[in-house]
Amino acid sequence: MARAFQIKVSFNMQHINELPAVEPHLRGDLAIWIFILAELLAFGVFFVVYAFTRARHVELFNAAQLGLDRNAGALNTVLLITGSWCVAHAVAAARQDRQAIAVRWMAGGLCGGLAFLVVKIAEYQAKFAAGLSMDSDTFHMFYFSLTFFHFMHVVLGVGILIILLFKLRAGAYGSHDAHGLETGAAYWHMVDLAWIVLFPLVYVMH
Amino acid sequence: MKYSSQAVAKPYFIAALGLFVAQILFGLIMGLQYVIGDFLFPHIPFNVARMVHTNALIVWLLMGFMGSAYYLVPEEAETELHSPKLALALFWIFLVAAALTVIGYLAVPYATLAKITGNDLLPTMGREFLEQPTITKIGIVIVALGFLYNLSMTFLKGKKTAITTVLLLGLWGLAIFFLFSFYNPHNLVRDKFYWWWVVHLWVEGVWELILGAILAFVLIKVTGVDREVIEKWLYVIITLALVTGLVGTGHHYFWIGAPEFWQWWGSVFSALEPVPFFAMTLFAFNMVNRRRREHPNRAATLWALGTGVMAFLGAGVWGFMHTLAPVNYYTHGTQITAAHGHMAFYGAYVMVVITMISYAMPLMRGRAANSNKAQVVEMWSFWLMTVSMVFITLFLTAAGILQVWLQRMGDAPMGFMLAQDQISLFYWMREVAGVVFLIGLITYLVSFFVRGEDKAA
Repeated sequence: MARAFQIKVSFNMQHINELPAVEPHLRGDLAIWIFILAELLAFGVFFVVYAFTRARHVELFNAAQLGLDRNAGALNTVLLITGSWCVAHAVAAARQDRQAIAVRWMAGGLCGGLAFLVVKIAEYQAKFAAGLSMDSDTFHMFYFSLTFFHFMHVVLGVGILIILLFKLRAGAYGSHDAHGLETGAAYWHMVDLAWIVLFPLVYVMH
Repeated sequence: MKYSSQAVAKPYFIAALGLFVAQILFGLIMGLQYVIGDFLFPHIPFNVARMVHTNALIVWLLMGFMGSAYYLVPEEAETELHSPKLALALFWIFLVAAALTVIGYLAVPYATLAKITGNDLLPTMGREFLEQPTITKIGIVIVALGFLYNLSMTFLKGKKTAITTVLLLGLWGLAIFFLFSFYNPHNLVRDKFYWWWVVHLWVEGVWELILGAILAFVLIKVTGVDREVIEKWLYVIITLALVTGLVGTGHHYFWIGAPEFWQWWGSVFSALEPVPFFAMTLFAFNMVNRRRREHPNRAATLWALGTGVMAFLGAGVWGFMHTLAPVNYYTHGTQITAAHGHMAFYGAYVMVVITMISYAMPLMRGRAANSNKAQVVEMWSFWLMTVSMVFITLFLTAAGILQVWLQRMGDAPMGFMLAQDQISLFYWMREVAGVVFLIGLITYLVSFFVRGEDKAA
């Protein structure tokens, strides 16, 4: 995923083309990729269950979906995608030993993640104030379950980004070794990917 | 054996195997009672035989875990055990307490046992698997604390490895979750809710950490594969186990009166619980394939590989079969449950303890591995026990499917006892398989005494 972002931005960022040729290899630790696949499996199962349940309660789901705050959802999508963009830049900069720039990009990614959490909490508060909860009906059970499950992953992701930020500032990553950085970044991109599926599925599709 | 204090594991292993025999004898008694209802009545009624069978299993597995820990922690930490004397003292306390408890189950009516052990002061009796008198439970806590203190001091004194870290995490977790056996809410829903915090969070939670650590230890020893590789696999496996198993507790909350969302959460997360077991199987086979040495203890290697496979089948596959709420609605509390339970416990925990005993016992007796003759006998016992367990499971699965069909589906569901009559053939077949299992167990015990030229290191 980091590589994909690199290719995308190469149109705008000349210096990325100057990266040394590298043999294809898995960016980030194998262990994190196994973990990522397991997480995506968990999200995937949840999404499939949602889809099948929706097919059996189309009217309820359509009606209840109208009550969701689509703007908050869209804003959160932008925040996460931008955050991922920043994290990808941070990795690229670190691999070119541009420490200070990498730190700034990583801080940007972290801000995106934190902002996501703030928007989400506000969204939940509005729902709770309206008397809605997991027990309200099947749609809201899925809405709260899916978004809360994702929320917890964003929290973990934010924690990882904070660790990466501190380690970047301490000079732990560079062209010599960006393994840990890429491992953490891969996890963050997974969190972003899960939301990119969740948002259209739960908030938009009807 | 690198450190002399590792020898304290021996009595634990011997007692464990003794209790294993007791467990199987009482299992066979019950198997017969399924089809000859008043067998040994009123001397050993079914419910008493059941308590002895299940409690003996848990106690012998705990003894197995303790022996395994006492053996592997000094070796991993590269230092002697903090207090071998304490380990031996706790062994006798545990054994005597267990023996007295079983005598209590057999000798007096349960209500009398409750009265004479002062259950009304702090009531903890009367729940499945937690039938022990409160004083026994307190004894278990004291033994556990002493055991954890001894190992933790050893751990802190010496080298810290991923294996000992994971093992101790699992063992501390085991002790902490056992405390919930003292929590007995008045509300029946909450009672059942927290009961699973002992049972599920043990066998589908912290016990998996213990299993992973022991398996990793034996695999490092018999394959010689790089520690880093094995440790990384161990971390992946326990992460998968916790991430799926913790919320997976919800698959016990479908029908007890808990909120309905548990039917969704429990189904989704518990459906993923087979994943760490699958990873464990891949891990074991992969390590053996990549081995850098031909360890003379081929029997222990066989047990290690078998643990992965049988745990995946029994816990993973059979567990998955009845874990989804729409299926569980029909199969809950039937012979399907018994089928899963037997293969899961055998595959995961019985086999990992035997793996450790198979690996460590020869070393504690002064050789790297037993003679060829002894190992062949041991491998016979592996196949006898494992194949007979597969048949026990298949017969109980068949019984369960028929039971569900007759008793819970269709236009004219049958009552419980009538349905039991219809499935009695499968109970007879199960009993035969159970006898073969006992033969396998006896064969295993015999293998300890087969002579021949033992293997040097």
